Amino acid sequence: MRYPWLRLAIFVCGCLFPIWWLYEAAMGLLGPDPGKIMVDRLGLGALVFLLITLSMTPLQRLTGWSGWIVVRRQLGLWCFAYIVLHMTAYMVFILGLDWGQFGVELRKRPYIIVGALGFLGLLALAVTSNRYSQRRLGARWKKLHRLVYVILGLGLLHFLWIVRSDLKEWAVYAAIGVFLLVLRIPPVWRRVPRLVGRGRAA
Amino acid sequence: MLIKLPRSSDCKASQITPESIYFSRRTLLGAGLAGAALGALPRLGAAAEMSRYADVEAGAAPGWFNDKLASARWQAVTVSGEAITPFKDATHYNNFYEFGPDKGDPAANAGSLKTEPWSLVVDGEVAKPGRYALEDFIKPYQLEERIYRLRCVEAWSMVIPWLGFPLAEVLKQVEPTSKARYIRFETLEDPKSMPGQRSGFALIDWPYVEGLRLDEAMNPLAILAVGMYGRELPNQNGAPLRLVVPWKYGFKSIKSIVRISLVAEQPQTTWQGLAPDEYGFYANVNPTVDHPRWTQARERRLPSGLFSPNVRDTLMFNGYADEVASLYTGLDLRKNY
Repeated sequence: MRYPWLRLAIFVCGCLFPIWWLYEAAMGLLGPDPGKIMVDRLGLGALVFLLITLSMTPLQRLTGWSGWIVVRRQLGLWCFAYIVLHMTAYMVFILGLDWGQFGVELRKRPYIIVGALGFLGLLALAVTSNRYSQRRLGARWKKLHRLVYVILGLGLLHFLWIVRSDLKEWAVYAAIGVFLLVLRIPPVWRRVPRLVGRGRAA
Repeated sequence: MLIKLPRSSDCKASQITPESIYFSRRTLLGAGLAGAALGALPRLGAAAEMSRYADVEAGAAPGWFNDKLASARWQAVTVSGEAITPFKDATHYNNFYEFGPDKGDPAANAGSLKTEPWSLVVDGEVAKPGRYALEDFIKPYQLEERIYRLRCVEAWSMVIPWLGFPLAEVLKQVEPTSKARYIRFETLEDPKSMPGQRSGFALIDWPYVEGLRLDEAMNPLAILAVGMYGRELPNQNGAPLRLVVPWKYGFKSIKSIVRISLVAEQPQTTWQGLAPDEYGFYANVNPTVDHPRWTQARERRLPSGLFSPNVRDTLMFNGYADEVASLYTGLDLRKNY
């Protein structure tokens, strides 16, 4: 396995945040409504992991270092893990495990529908993230995993529809997301320079 | 590197008595003696009772507030079988977008608000319009403690002991004309002291505006508050003067009021202007009419811990149906949300 320490560091980071938040909640540091804060932080954490995952390819292009691509799958799986926790926290702390109400929300609330679609997309990507699926799907695997761009769009829309009065935070994440997508448009991508490692065997 | 090991007899900088207190020790002594003497008088001693609630941060109340507090009617309205929300939660979990969009922002940023001196304009369809200094405006009224449930439109709730006086008494003083049908309130607009108003991304059109129908405003439950938890209002809770309408969602209870106008037409309120399909003019607490983005059938009564979630059913008119339901007979509450 290449870059074992880098992989381990990312793994520890991914675990540490939710554990740290749970500790804060247990110590009463999250205020009177910690459930809501957990839901928000897990959702935002998933978005951050998604954006980091999508920066790996451009970073590899810029630096020529293959380590970025090696950790990409793990980062994507962390995004999925945070979304699973985000939905669990929503069920427990916001809906009080009222599944009937969840059915109502799924039918009535556009932002829940968009979020659920994003989750289904992530689920498909997570399930097919192993080598076996990659081999089996062959060229179709790459096509399927372009779904990540749609998922980013759904996630940002879900986030936008929760905003009540101030767009600043959303605008920052949306700008980063749009930047990462624009980079991938072929005429733009061709102009992305290789800053280091020019001339090394590709 | 110089490592200083303090001797056990050394004083820390934090332990040094501030000079102002050191120099005023005689005043303190005198005040202490006077206090003891007052305490010996049974009636006056009771009035000076300070911390009725646990862990209440002491404020710096203006003189007029302390004068009013001495004659306050404590527990004029109470709620039975409900625990009062801890002071820390009621003052550190707020929506006050003038000071930022997050729940902790108001507590962190509202220190910049200058509440003294404060002036208030009363205008529109009234016989006695005018601009008042806050202490003059308050003068005619006796403070009452009203312990009310507060239900936020975001599906969380608290129980808060307010100190205020009925809005109806104010209306009697300013004498609405026959044309007056609504009352309109306006919050301070001051980007210098209100960072939220400086944000280029805020969707709110400042200043914040709220309103009530005149008969709603006359209901004895509607009050103007100047204090809570036995002290003056902390800035993040809407100092120095706010509205409290307990049967409506919290956003109706406008904070830091600088203008009260009696008007003939229904005023355009802030949230109504921002998202008319989500926030109506009435905004009565109603478990059967959902917010488009979430259910209003249940609420999280704060504090609601991770390991002890406190989710409960929301009551019609927030439990004040007996007092206010008659205001809305014949009105379709589904349309007039």
